[in-house]
Amino acid sequence: MKKFARIVSAVLSFALVLPMLAGCHGKKGTSEYVMPAGLDPNKTYEIVFWAKNDTNITQTKIYNQAIEDFEKLYPNIKVNLRLYTDYNKIYNDVITNISTGTTPNVCITYPDHIATYKTGNNVVVPLDTLIDDPSYGLGGSEVLFDSPTRDEVIPEYLNECVLDDHVYALPYMRSTEACYVNKDYVEALGYEIPETLTWDFIWELSEKALAKNPDGTYVVNGKDVMIPCIYKSSDNMLISMLKQQGAGYSDNDGNILIFNDTTKQDLMTISEHTKTGAFSTFKISGYPGNFFNAGECIFAIDSTAGATWMGTNAPLSDIHENQIAQFTTVVKTIPQFDPDNPYMISQGPSICVFNKPDSGEVLASWLFAQYMLTNEVQIAYSSTEGYVPVTSKARNSAEYQEYLSRSGEDNNLYYSVKIDAAKLLIENTSNTFVTPVFNGSTSLRNAAGQLIENTAKSTRRGQTIDDAYFESLYDDTKALYRLDQLGSADLNSKADLGPMPAGSIILLSTLGIAWVVIVAYFIVQFAKKKRAV
Amino acid sequence: MKRTAKIVVSVILMAAMAVSAFGCKKTEENGNTPDTKKGEGVMTYAEYSAAALDSEVTIETYIQAKQGWWENDGVGVATFYTQDADGAYFLYNMPCTSDEYDKLSVGTKIKVTGFKSEWSGEVEIIDATFVIEDGNYVAAPLDVTDKLASDDLINYQNMFVSFKGMTVEAMDDTGAAFFYSWDNSGSQGDDLYFKVSSNGQTYTFTVESYLTGSDTAVYKAVEGLSVGDTVDMEGFLYWYEGVNPHITNVTVK
Repeated sequence: MKKFARIVSAVLSFALVLPMLAGCHGKKGTSEYVMPAGLDPNKTYEIVFWAKNDTNITQTKIYNQAIEDFEKLYPNIKVNLRLYTDYNKIYNDVITNISTGTTPNVCITYPDHIATYKTGNNVVVPLDTLIDDPSYGLGGSEVLFDSPTRDEVIPEYLNECVLDDHVYALPYMRSTEACYVNKDYVEALGYEIPETLTWDFIWELSEKALAKNPDGTYVVNGKDVMIPCIYKSSDNMLISMLKQQGAGYSDNDGNILIFNDTTKQDLMTISEHTKTGAFSTFKISGYPGNFFNAGECIFAIDSTAGATWMGTNAPLSDIHENQIAQFTTVVKTIPQFDPDNPYMISQGPSICVFNKPDSGEVLASWLFAQYMLTNEVQIAYSSTEGYVPVTSKARNSAEYQEYLSRSGEDNNLYYSVKIDAAKLLIENTSNTFVTPVFNGSTSLRNAAGQLIENTAKSTRRGQTIDDAYFESLYDDTKALYRLDQLGSADLNSKADLGPMPAGSIILLSTLGIAWVVIVAYFIVQFAKKKRAV
Repeated sequence: MKRTAKIVVSVILMAAMAVSAFGCKKTEENGNTPDTKKGEGVMTYAEYSAAALDSEVTIETYIQAKQGWWENDGVGVATFYTQDADGAYFLYNMPCTSDEYDKLSVGTKIKVTGFKSEWSGEVEIIDATFVIEDGNYVAAPLDVTDKLASDDLINYQNMFVSFKGMTVEAMDDTGAAFFYSWDNSGSQGDDLYFKVSSNGQTYTFTVESYLTGSDTAVYKAVEGLSVGDTVDMEGFLYWYEGVNPHITNVTVK
């Protein structure tokens, strides 16, 4: 009887330990969010908002103003702002805080990042119920501000926030990439800027711009430095090139398709123009805007959200005023392979809400997130850079239309390059695209950039760029970003939690052995009884 | 029994202290004696200086400061301000494990192989590998106050330097003595920017938060500056589109 009790005890212990092991291995989380009947007006809520600004004091002021205005409407909700200037830093901090249960309540994010966040159980709140709630949803009857309805959120942008058939974020701002062109230099080289820039045009002109005077200076600018084409985001560069050519990158099932012959061809072209000095990247040389404003670059490809840093009269600049060259800036879509079917990336921050044990706190967080879509915030924030509002309510408002119409009135709020960049996106919304989001898509994006960076660096270092080089580059990149471990299975599986800790392995092994012993014991006992009979 | 235990513990502690004291003395003895003779295949500073950008370089140098170990795509990296007897080398995002980072204390001699590169005017070594060697050297700051306005200043890039008797200037019309981030868009914990003048010229200096964060004396000292203060400073002669020293010590006079 004693022995039997021990066995029962062991089995019970095993049953108790198993959930603990599962919990240790990253699956423990908050309960699924259930919306409360309403917001308790007698309870004080303190929520934390992690936001990102583009190192732009006006954006900081707008966040602070939005919080102040929101707190006036909801005196029982206190919003604490923490500012970042780097999406990756937010991402890393969120990951760290998921494990300690100290995530912020509301956070600026990218859908790629959410795909990782949501691998924890109920970490990020699916917003479907909240969005459609007649009282507290978008345009809801109990909402104390003029909130947009669901239909007034630009559908393409809301769709970008859908993961596994649920809306996990609200779009906040949208931008794309633009090619900022030094018109004077293009014309000095004997060309006119075409309606739509093509890659062939960029490469042809960039090579011509490398002609030098006998004293070693460049003919086009009379200076020692000229990098005709600089791309800020090398990951976007490769992703956009592949999209424009209809080549593989990844698919909706999370399959990795980037390691193909088109990629190799594009990298080879990039290598050829890197070798001559016609092309470089931000990571290798510096901000495109700095070279562009100094008259040392003709095609600076950067986000429309960086438009206030571009051009002779740019309100923001990192270089000394006596280094700034005088020229006319023209804002164009990024270079295309097929000008009749242009593609450009859709990017920009979204807002997610993190789950908490107090459902009222989550509702308070949701209301604040929703407040960021009001016209006041949307128009003010989008006007700080070449962003566009994410709601038709804001875009169609008289205030926003007036803002667009006043392009060039000054070099601050109405800075023409910034407003041209915003208009470019508005006119090309249907030509924007996003890449599939899955757990691992952030790694794939980083890998895309690394393919260009490594090719460019190797070229500059005099390495031979051939099939053998690319074979090795592909293998190294797959290994570094663990892309060989991704695939369709990852879409439905949770995060890559890495190898199981040694302690867990030992414990599980011990339990397995205990089970074997238990079963063996019963078999022996059963055999003995049978023999006795 | 209890007494015996006490004696044993005391002996162990004393032995540990003795070893520790010996270690400190050894460091002091080696603290300011950089090797001037380079190992085989190692460049002198002059050779490094003359090397073309994007070429492979091998140098021997001594850690003067280190900033922010972190994981980049799963690979541990950190940035180091280093110097030998003749010049300085900025090692950007050099791969190293967390344990190695801990071992790379100020003064440690390392042999580095990487690629010479330039980013926005800052000459650095990237994609580097390193080995720790015997030797220890901590550079004394070189006063470059009088060189600030000269073209010669770039020859001291990345060195540990000092600036004497400079005056704190207002960042803007508000009269602020410093900003969190370059345009005051940041908050405590971000880089600090402040302006100081000498001989009628004003310069922007930085407290790089990854190098000296908000809990350090220099960060707090700059937060406590007032316009008009006269200050002595030490730091590294970093470059970003022009000189942009990373200040590590500020003394208000």
